[in-house]
Amino acid sequence: MKRYSVFAIAREAMSYHLGWERAWAAPQPKKEYDAIIIGAGGHGLATAYYLGKNHGIRNVAIIEKGWLGGGNTGRNTTIIRSNYLQDPSAAIYDKALKLYEDLSQDLNYNVMFSPRGLLMLAQTHHEVRGYLRTVHANTLQGVATEWISPARVKELVPIINIDGPRYPILGALYQARGGTARHDAVAWGYARACSAMGMDIIQQCEVTGVRSENGVVKGVETTKGYIGTKKLGIVVAGHSGQVADMAGFRLPIEAVALQALVSEPIKPCMDVVVMANTVHGYMSQSDKGEMVIGGGTDGFNNFTQRGSFHHIEETLRALVETFPMISRLKMLRQWGGIVDMTGDRSPIISKTPLGNCFINCGWGTGGFKAIPGSGWAMADLMARGEPGPLAADFNMWRFREGQFIDESVAAGVAH
Amino acid sequence: MSTRLAKGGRLIDRTKTQGFSFNGKRMTGFAGDTLAAALLANDQMLVGRSFKYHRPRGIVASGAEEPNALVNLGSGSRLEPNQRTTTTELFAGLEAASQNHWPSLEFDVGVANNYVARFLPAGFYYKTFIHPRAAWKHVFEPIIRQSAGLGKAPKDRDADRYEQAYAFCDLLVVGGGIAGLQAALVAGRSGARVILLEQTAHWGGRAPVDGDVIDGKPAEAWVKDALQALGEMQNVTIRNRCKAAGVYDHGYVLADEKVADHTPGDGRPKHRLWRIRTGRIIAATGALERPLSFAGNDLPGVMLAGAVRDYTVNFAVSPGDRTVVVTNNDDAYRTAIALKEAGLEVPAIIDARASVTGALPAKARAMGIRVEAGRAVVKVKGGKRVTGVAIGLQAGEGAVLDEIGCDAVAMSGGWSPVVHLWSHCGGKLIWDEAQAHFRPDPKRPPTNHDGSAMVTVVGAANGALTAAAALADVAAQMGGEAKAEAVEEAAMEPVWIMPQGAGPALKMKMWLDYQNDVKVSDVQLAAREGYTSVEHTKRYTTLGMATDQGKLSNINGLAVLAQSLNEGIPQVGTTTFRPPYTPVTLGALAGEARDEIFQPLRRSPIHAWHEAQGAYMEPVGLWRRPYCYPKAGESHEQAVHREILNTRKAVGMLDASTLGKIIVKGPDAGRFLDMLYTNVMSTLPVGKCRYGLMCNEQGFLSDDGVVVRLTEDSWLCHTTSGGADRIHGWMEDWLQCEWWDWQVYTANVTEQYAQIAVAGPNARKVLEKLGGMDVSKEALPFMAFVEGHLGGLPARVHRISFSGELSYEIAVPASHGLALWQALIAAGAEFGVQPYGTEAMHVMRAEKGFIMIGDETDGTVIPQDLNLGWAISKKKADYLGKRGQERVYLARADRWKLAGFETLDGSVIPDGAYIPAAGHNPNGQRNTQGRVTSTYHSPTLGKGIAMGLIRGGLDRIGEVVEFTKMGGGTVQARVCDPVFYDKEGEKGNG
Repeated sequence: MKRYSVFAIAREAMSYHLGWERAWAAPQPKKEYDAIIIGAGGHGLATAYYLGKNHGIRNVAIIEKGWLGGGNTGRNTTIIRSNYLQDPSAAIYDKALKLYEDLSQDLNYNVMFSPRGLLMLAQTHHEVRGYLRTVHANTLQGVATEWISPARVKELVPIINIDGPRYPILGALYQARGGTARHDAVAWGYARACSAMGMDIIQQCEVTGVRSENGVVKGVETTKGYIGTKKLGIVVAGHSGQVADMAGFRLPIEAVALQALVSEPIKPCMDVVVMANTVHGYMSQSDKGEMVIGGGTDGFNNFTQRGSFHHIEETLRALVETFPMISRLKMLRQWGGIVDMTGDRSPIISKTPLGNCFINCGWGTGGFKAIPGSGWAMADLMARGEPGPLAADFNMWRFREGQFIDESVAAGVAH
Repeated sequence: MSTRLAKGGRLIDRTKTQGFSFNGKRMTGFAGDTLAAALLANDQMLVGRSFKYHRPRGIVASGAEEPNALVNLGSGSRLEPNQRTTTTELFAGLEAASQNHWPSLEFDVGVANNYVARFLPAGFYYKTFIHPRAAWKHVFEPIIRQSAGLGKAPKDRDADRYEQAYAFCDLLVVGGGIAGLQAALVAGRSGARVILLEQTAHWGGRAPVDGDVIDGKPAEAWVKDALQALGEMQNVTIRNRCKAAGVYDHGYVLADEKVADHTPGDGRPKHRLWRIRTGRIIAATGALERPLSFAGNDLPGVMLAGAVRDYTVNFAVSPGDRTVVVTNNDDAYRTAIALKEAGLEVPAIIDARASVTGALPAKARAMGIRVEAGRAVVKVKGGKRVTGVAIGLQAGEGAVLDEIGCDAVAMSGGWSPVVHLWSHCGGKLIWDEAQAHFRPDPKRPPTNHDGSAMVTVVGAANGALTAAAALADVAAQMGGEAKAEAVEEAAMEPVWIMPQGAGPALKMKMWLDYQNDVKVSDVQLAAREGYTSVEHTKRYTTLGMATDQGKLSNINGLAVLAQSLNEGIPQVGTTTFRPPYTPVTLGALAGEARDEIFQPLRRSPIHAWHEAQGAYMEPVGLWRRPYCYPKAGESHEQAVHREILNTRKAVGMLDASTLGKIIVKGPDAGRFLDMLYTNVMSTLPVGKCRYGLMCNEQGFLSDDGVVVRLTEDSWLCHTTSGGADRIHGWMEDWLQCEWWDWQVYTANVTEQYAQIAVAGPNARKVLEKLGGMDVSKEALPFMAFVEGHLGGLPARVHRISFSGELSYEIAVPASHGLALWQALIAAGAEFGVQPYGTEAMHVMRAEKGFIMIGDETDGTVIPQDLNLGWAISKKKADYLGKRGQERVYLARADRWKLAGFETLDGSVIPDGAYIPAAGHNPNGQRNTQGRVTSTYHSPTLGKGIAMGLIRGGLDRIGEVVEFTKMGGGTVQARVCDPVFYDKEGEKGNG
């Protein structure tokens, strides 16, 4: 792998950039691998990367039905934060945040992680108490967050209306280390690093079946033929239920569309990321100048990756009320991503009823921010066959036992 | 130079001049001009700067696809960034300013990027700015952010208002060109309810510009007749300036009507957003012309051939005095002919096709225009304006054979159907080799719930590009008779790069996406680096991600990608078409829901009285409730303390009208409530009240309240104020989805009744003073109710208490609420009555150890955690949550359980505080053993009291634990009984 740097660009510029090599190879599948990851989204690629980097397992294939990074990794609102309430959540999201902080250097690929600061507005007294609790919890978890006053909110977000007639802003939970990253670059950076380690990323290859013997996984049937493996990791987000079905087990997951949109680009007007859960909306401004806006999930199951309209309307009403100056901006593009929701809105990183088959899913509306931590924990689980502390609480049997990790407590809507 | 022609212009009214300004410069145009036409008429070809390299840019198109000519329109509270000059109708006093430059349009420092463009290929930022780590946030990113973005960020609140409306029809025809008009005529004559939409102010589309002849009439006359016929049909609605923005499932279409963009400030809503539900959509959305990729194709003065024709014919504006036409098809000859007919010079037509035959080229030659077949534009010369073109062989590598001086270039790479509305809901496309474009695949339409096609595409949008073909297509798909005279056109030839053998130096000057500065070389770089999926290419290069969403660039970009990959264009495929077709103003999407009517407030019947008393109100769900009633000079805290002490010592009144009230009635109502609540409600005697708990299926406590048995078959369920709608929905969910055969009816009567709590030692005296009802302990014992008249008002009086005091909750029809309140205030005056707010209520219930949903519960707490096992029936076979509560983790003995806490130093435990435990967990986090759930200063007890959850619960009474404090330190508190006040309950029972 040729290293990326400003010097490399200068060198290649002399030959019209004709000398750049592929960021990742396009191999045909081998007969067998030590490990196969189904799903070349952020979580799948990160799993493969840390399998190689942390555990020395490099005979790995990542199989992707479409194009890598084309699922929720490529269609989210790019928010990164770790101010979670419950201990297991805070642990894995903060691990992710710490890895994000060094990810560009680690991957030699600029993922544009930008810790521009993130705040969650409190607009009812109930929300105030909820966020105060989060600050106390975060302190004990070693996650630096703070409670800030409406005046400080206004200072950080000059375009905000802090005394709207409906829901005045009573303060905010602020995480200065939170921010955004370039979502596609995260997938591409991991993909390039995986490919450089000799792993095979096989795109346009759909898994159609899982083969097992005596309760232990043996390989996968795909549209490019059968591929054997010693270990299998299922990391397919919205389609987890279908792939789990192939592997012979059921998941407590449902798939719904989560809505998002961007405005036309304008000159910088908001540096931080703002989430407003009472009125259901969140917004940040991309480096390109677009206002990136997230809304709610549809109340019905679907797989279409389309936006429905009524949520967008609600979200925009809320945001125009909160940021009156956006009224004359225009919606450029609206879309939906299929998110995999568990009963407690927390993920599953778990062994499964099938031997040597592992699953990572259920990230719901908050998966992008978790990618490095999720991959780290999943790689650890796959390599050792047993979960480490980051993954232990996220086992799939917790629903049967009632040991929920319920984040909706703190963030009523999206996380 | 570009200028206004002495005559012509079918859309302008030369008798009405309109003054406007551009970058402060005063200019004039005519009524009927677009801003773009007026700018060209004033020789303002340079109108903006590109996104990345800040290259000078001019107007390219004449419609919604314009990528360059975007301006800041208006100022202050009417500033609108990124407004397309090509779709902005000119009005007197219009102010426009160009975007994305500093200090000025003519001299832009950002153009430095252009000189180092060689070092800034697609995706360069992924490969650099990596070290040192802090530099991205503090140095590189701020610079990128400043140089990116386009229009100015508005600062003020929008001065305009927006409206939303609904419409229903059998057929929605989108597009007011000849195909759309004819489709609407055919559909209208069939008697169907039809809505016809046109995004511009004008009807007829391209046909009148092209001089087509329909049914023996000039297109213009045919269009006029068609409009008249449509106007006479009662079942047809036509609406111009109204764009169908998006198609959603089940025939739902979003349309955006620009009501007052051209008459700002006239009092009408700026836009009207239509939500249309239609049986079928007829998309007659036309086609967009593609640019050609030759070096320097982005210089101001290089325009689409169709746009040049539009400006000349519609607005009598010539983009240049000498215009070179460059094309791969016959249609562009119409532009050359139109220019010539307008008395302008066309020094040459550069046609990439080796052989040029056909009627239109013959006509052009006959007019004396030089036609160069098999030739290419090698390079456009000029800086801020075209000065000439260098031409060579299309089959060559860029050797220059000739140079032609000119001040405009009209280019045409062929036409692409507008398939957005077909594709929004999943309609698929096929590649048409002959016309080199994607068009709808009739075999794979977007479908309705029953599998039928939701959208039909007709005319140019369906690949029928000429007037004759478009009307024939309408006839074939919908019937009808209209015919246009056919003008013979020879086949076009796909030309994706000009000249085809161009080397890398030329390709670095061939623009695909003008606004985002994506060039042929960038797409090739993406392919080289393995970003070979069309989505990867798009995201890596930003091709098609500008405000025109690839309307001009996508097909050209795809073709370059396909060539780089040695694949066919259909194999490469397209990116996804997303709504909206063109951007929609956020204000229009938000509609009228602004200020006070954004989520309208719910008001109790006594709301106005509270406000008049100067109550400090807090949002509770959609309600506003009095938090406290501060007197002059009193802080909120002082007011709350006064209200509590007064209630405890004399008597207080609370407006409890917001409390949820749901009537559950029917033969199976008792059985239903036994499933809903953890305790038994079916055995509650008529006339009695019982406190009940509701859990979700997981077993977690979700709501609580007092249930009242009204009659043999009806119960009144009180819910929390915030929970009323949710619990009503929850009841209906079970009744409609699971127990649909149970005979139970529910009605949410929350707003039908006002409810007032009168609490305190003097409460009975106040009611007795009002009179009309026996409210003695014997007649109305604790947890009973009576119906009758109180002070002359029909009332239901409950003996229930949330404060722990002797308390009556009086429900009256909402219309009597204020009267009762005022009567109670008057009657209570001699007994010291004062109103109290929600905060006093909270503190008093905490003093009594009563739980509060949302404080003691958070969705993870079961009743058993709150020592409420007594409210869970052991006898019932089942209730919602029972099985959930039996799961291993929920049945564990070491769960955190409710206890009281009193601080050692009398201070108040901070909201949200945790009780740390020794050591750390495997993830390095501090262990915890509990947390506070409610914490107050108790004026009754004169110290800080709290409720909380702690491992071991009441077993730990007497132990001293530490709570966290924000910013460090701890608060020590002793575990105690959570009932701090009147442990025996004598007061409430009194």
